[in-house]
Amino acid sequence: MATTELSPADADVTWHLAEQESHDHGGNGATMIGFWIYLMSDALIFAALFATFGVLSTAYAGGPGPREVFELPLVAVNTGLLLVSSLTYGLGMLAMERGQAGAVRLWLVVTALFGLGFIGIELYEFSHLIAEGSGPQRSAFLSAFFALVGTHGAHVTFGLIWIAVMLVQIGMHGLILENKRRLMCLSMFWHFLDIVWIGVFTFVYLFGVIR
Amino acid sequence: MSASDANLDAALHSHGDTHGHGSTRGYIVGFVLSVVLTAVPFWLVMTGVLPGMVATALIIFALALVQILVHVVFFLHLDTRSEGGWTLIAFIFTAVIVVIAIAGSIWIMYHLNTNMMPMPPGTISDGM
Repeated sequence: MATTELSPADADVTWHLAEQESHDHGGNGATMIGFWIYLMSDALIFAALFATFGVLSTAYAGGPGPREVFELPLVAVNTGLLLVSSLTYGLGMLAMERGQAGAVRLWLVVTALFGLGFIGIELYEFSHLIAEGSGPQRSAFLSAFFALVGTHGAHVTFGLIWIAVMLVQIGMHGLILENKRRLMCLSMFWHFLDIVWIGVFTFVYLFGVIR
Repeated sequence: MSASDANLDAALHSHGDTHGHGSTRGYIVGFVLSVVLTAVPFWLVMTGVLPGMVATALIIFALALVQILVHVVFFLHLDTRSEGGWTLIAFIFTAVIVVIAIAGSIWIMYHLNTNMMPMPPGTISDGM
């Protein structure tokens, strides 16, 4: 290639764009930014649910308040499970970078187990509340609580399904470019859910108990 | 292919590797920070060491904000350069909308509640 005719600046711009198109490190620029935009729109759904909960959080309608219905030790355990699952997924991404398909699958299984623990405890909490008559129909406070925490739980459930699909995909095709891209999207999704949970345990549980 | 081309290639690779997926150290640092930022608010609320409710509330919200930033930086690897800065712009835009939606709703509804005409108990039949 004759680069002598070009000024250094022109050469830089041309090379940079060409390289960006071909070297997207296992992902695809358009997919990554598109998935990021999806996460941001999902954050707006949660913002609406948080706002609803904030407005209705004292509308007990004579029913139980946060101190009666929330068990903080259980919430602390759940928070820990989700946080550890974020770390294990991150370690799985590092294994993907090194091209170790077996290690990636192992970390995905560990992440899924922590996620299952989280969902299990949440379902226990929900069934416990409904059994003692504190279901979503009891008061506006409980409706908003079930809507917000339930939507987060549904997201985690879909994340678990996605992890199961990825275990099969990696088993069938290994760490091909498409699977790396999917793992990176799932990584963003999983970490995003942990971030939403920070808002949930602070705003709903901790602030609910002290107010 | 010139030498500068090879350099650029290496630079892009290193860029992708350091900013795309993070490092073991990055994940560990983020995790340890998150554990501390989670344990402190739970400890404050469950033991009730601070006398004032307002002080406790302010501290737990401040710690949550810090922890969200820790997750975004160490786990989601958001920085000024990923995807040419567009992810950062989208994130800041979303954060502004989220704050307006949540704080604005609570603010307005709080004032609507306090400005409502007080009703003597029993006037509204609650949950017939």
